[in-house]
Amino acid sequence: MIEPYERVMAARAKDRPTSMRFIENIFTDFTEMHGDRRFADDKAIVAGIARLNGMPVTVIGLEKGVELKEKVARNFGSAHPEGYRKALRQMKLAEKFHRPVICFVDTSGAYCGIAAEERGQGQAIAENLMEMMTLKTPVVSILIGEGGSGGALGLAVADQVWMLENSVYSVISPEGCASILWKDSGKMKEAAACLKLTAEDLFSLGVIEQVIPEHNGDFEQVYADLQEKLYKVIRTNLQLPTETMLENRYARFRKIGTAGL
Amino acid sequence: MLPKDLFKKPMNTLESAYEKLTKTAAPDVPSEMCTSCPGCRAMLFTSDLSENDNVCPKCGHHFRINARQRISIIADEDSFQEQNGDLRSKNVIGFPNYDKKLKHAYLDSAEKEAVICGTATIGGWPCCLFVMEPYFMMGSMGTIVGEKITRLFEYATEHHLPVIGFTVSGGARMQEGILSLMQMAKTSGAVKRHSDAGLLYIAVLTDPTTGGVTASFAMEADITLAEPKALIGFAGPRVIEQTIRQKLPAGFQRAEFQVEKGFVDEVVPRREQKEYLARLLSFHAPLPHNTDTEEAQAE
Ligand SMILES: [Zn+2]
Repeated sequence: MIEPYERVMAARAKDRPTSMRFIENIFTDFTEMHGDRRFADDKAIVAGIARLNGMPVTVIGLEKGVELKEKVARNFGSAHPEGYRKALRQMKLAEKFHRPVICFVDTSGAYCGIAAEERGQGQAIAENLMEMMTLKTPVVSILIGEGGSGGALGLAVADQVWMLENSVYSVISPEGCASILWKDSGKMKEAAACLKLTAEDLFSLGVIEQVIPEHNGDFEQVYADLQEKLYKVIRTNLQLPTETMLENRYARFRKIGTAGL
Repeated sequence: MLPKDLFKKPMNTLESAYEKLTKTAAPDVPSEMCTSCPGCRAMLFTSDLSENDNVCPKCGHHFRINARQRISIIADEDSFQEQNGDLRSKNVIGFPNYDKKLKHAYLDSAEKEAVICGTATIGGWPCCLFVMEPYFMMGSMGTIVGEKITRLFEYATEHHLPVIGFTVSGGARMQEGILSLMQMAKTSGAVKRHSDAGLLYIAVLTDPTTGGVTASFAMEADITLAEPKALIGFAGPRVIEQTIRQKLPAGFQRAEFQVEKGFVDEVVPRREQKEYLARLLSFHAPLPHNTDTEEAQAE
């Protein structure tokens, strides 16, 4: 069995493909759009329009960057409030033009800094949670690496949420958990096991619909699988009456953790 | 006349459980009778303080209070009817020591979970009311907190009632892992449905409101109020200081700062909240049916 912390390491691995690689390989004609029209353009989130098997879709991704300079510009994939607002703006446009939305999630968390707080990090994420729940177009979110708490959830209220085999999704980082529990961030391995943060764990807890196999690191195969799976689920959801789709989306989150109540 | 509870150890008045952990240098007086105000250092009789809704009569410092005290301050006498009061958390993901923590939280707070929900009237206006409990794991949000708040918003939507919510929370409850994070989405969905039904939601943020609660229902209200000096933020100050490696300026993330930055409508002192909320509820009272048309027809 692979230890949960090994998954954490794999999810954070330097050579792991970031959102842009997924976008380039799954879609065609990706056309990036910038800015939240309120404050700035947050490069930790990329957003734009592309085609999935010819169908126009809106694509949004938390992007960590590849080279150091790019990583710095993208704040290592930790978004500020304007990032979440830029994403929401693109989602609203997707709703207006009946485009499905696909989100790629890969972040250690929403940024915890002075400017982020001053501009309402909590409010920005909260607004996304509310608006995504009733967005009148299909939404699929895929965790491709790190799913860091509220910063990940801010792009993961969807009809379906999938996780790559080696991605993780957690309420707190194993290091943060260990330092609170045992006053020792070095015990992150124990914490990772306690948190139940692997794709398998989340699948068995009923939090995600699919675990996407990584084919031993053959990402070409992963992109091909995702292209097919996305097209299929979006086609199905497009055929549903909007009310049914939204009812299902609400019920999807409504039932989490209610077993035995 | 002496209040009859003067010499009895209060169940959890003031800042007992939480402050015991954080404050070591306690003043050398029986804590049951006197309290030193952290705002002005005055020695206050606990009974005087409690008669003043636990607001320092000298400097206005707002002491932390438990959820039941808050309900008695805000709701009309005997109007509060609790809902889902028996729901209790289980250790669903088998997190180490969580069962023990829950038991201690119950002993500290005398509550079964970190939020109390129900219906009430405020100045005669009917509403749904939720009040988070700081003495139960610092108001952290797990599955049951999320479920109770969701059920309250669903009830309010069904019965066309406004919701008033008092938040206090350290954030999502780590011991329930991803399930606690999902409560942010679940509660937000219920708030959205209530909002889409044209109903009013007022949040009153109290000290401290942080993390997953700030990034969900605390920041989703139509009108957002806060208690003076309440700490309100997504990340806690310690996490920010660790991230940016510098000290935060005084007043950062406090209620007054959030008003200045545009995220809170007004800071309302505890002793004015009831009247203030009643006025807001009256502004949003359902209009009498067809009055306009009848008047127009009469003309
Ligand atoms: Zn004082």
